[in-house]
Amino acid sequence: MLAKRIIPCLDIKDGRTVKGVNFENLRDAGDPVELAKLYAAEGADELVFLDITATHERRKTLAELVARIAANINIPFTVGGGISSVDDVQVLLKNGADKVSVNSAAVRNSQLINDIADKFGSQCLVLAIDAKDVAGQWKVFLNGGRLETELDLFVWAKEAEQRGAGEILFTSMNHDGTKNGFANEALARLSVTVNIPIIASGGAGAMPHFVDTFSQGKADAALAASIFHFKEIGIPELKGYLAKEGIVVRV
Amino acid sequence: MKLVIIDYGAGNTQSVKFAFERLGVQPVLSDDADVIRSADKVLFPGVGHAKAAMDVLQAKGLDKVIPMLTQPVLGICLGMQLMCKYSEEGSVDCLGIFDETVKLFEPKMKVPHVGWNTTQGQWALSKEEGSYFYFVHSYYVPKNEHTALTCNYIEPFSAAMHKDNFYAAQFHPEKSGEAGERLLKQFLEL
Repeated sequence: MLAKRIIPCLDIKDGRTVKGVNFENLRDAGDPVELAKLYAAEGADELVFLDITATHERRKTLAELVARIAANINIPFTVGGGISSVDDVQVLLKNGADKVSVNSAAVRNSQLINDIADKFGSQCLVLAIDAKDVAGQWKVFLNGGRLETELDLFVWAKEAEQRGAGEILFTSMNHDGTKNGFANEALARLSVTVNIPIIASGGAGAMPHFVDTFSQGKADAALAASIFHFKEIGIPELKGYLAKEGIVVRV
Repeated sequence: MKLVIIDYGAGNTQSVKFAFERLGVQPVLSDDADVIRSADKVLFPGVGHAKAAMDVLQAKGLDKVIPMLTQPVLGICLGMQLMCKYSEEGSVDCLGIFDETVKLFEPKMKVPHVGWNTTQGQWALSKEEGSYFYFVHSYYVPKNEHTALTCNYIEPFSAAMHKDNFYAAQFHPEKSGEAGERLLKQFLEL
């Protein structure tokens, strides 16, 4: 049986993790590679690295980091943040990233999805969507949630699938940071709108939230950051719980 | 040991190289027929599009070299699919090591098949029943007489195949955690 995936997300700035982590057994808690290795050893199924660097050196720093991650971890990983061209993708894949996630740039230029899928295959393209329920309509937001668009989440997800996206990473801005659970209604609707895997993001706060998003939300994978970084939930503990609740996980 | 990774511009060569380096072996990346022929063992990885990949192999003359190799060869993902006779992806004739047609999954479930799935059966490279390996693919090789491991998604398909000196995995051992590492170690010990 295909297992449901648990995906820790690491925010990266200038080659270091940000937002803080709380692991005593790391020599350097700011080094993404150390944290990545630890998560891989604990049973994470994939990792996502989100680069929020704004400097001119960004591409070079990120490429170097990607090569170091690829050399050190034995599970798949996705790199996202500010990717806006086929050249950006090429550099990251060449350095060992398995997938890239594209967000705002794909809304501004939807042909980018076709270009990446045609050149490197759909399997390496995760379309990230930040959306918010505004008076009953799920609207897509850009620039890390700062810019509202008139685009509808479900319409956009369908178009992205048709253009060649291989997976959808949907972050609910209504749920992100609340620790009250994932946006399961919207996730379930997304899952019947498109026929590509959906990664649920935003709202993880307790282990039952993961059960709900896999069963009610029909998500194929669940992504979380702070609950893992601050050891509120350990990955082995979470997977044990999910298995006990009848969710298929890799243990 | 001389371990050569066939380098034809198809994706994940770097990941495969890193995986062997973690096992203490330094592979050589090459598209040179003589270097490939002289290897003790050959890796044939790949991600991307079958037609595009076959075009590159033909341009480099490697489509004639690979099927004639006599040392152990391990094809991974697209590499395994290219070892077959024909692929529906771009409707292209492939290397013909395995007499099979590579097919597109019927979209009865989500396609691509992404994630960790269990395999059934045993083969020279993986003797543990039911191991989880990491898959990411939209095309598959149906079960056949050379199927070594089976995976069930939409229908039972070939997760791994074996014929003479040719080994092939649809999943990515280089990304399959410790189970994948054990498989690559077995390949080194053949």
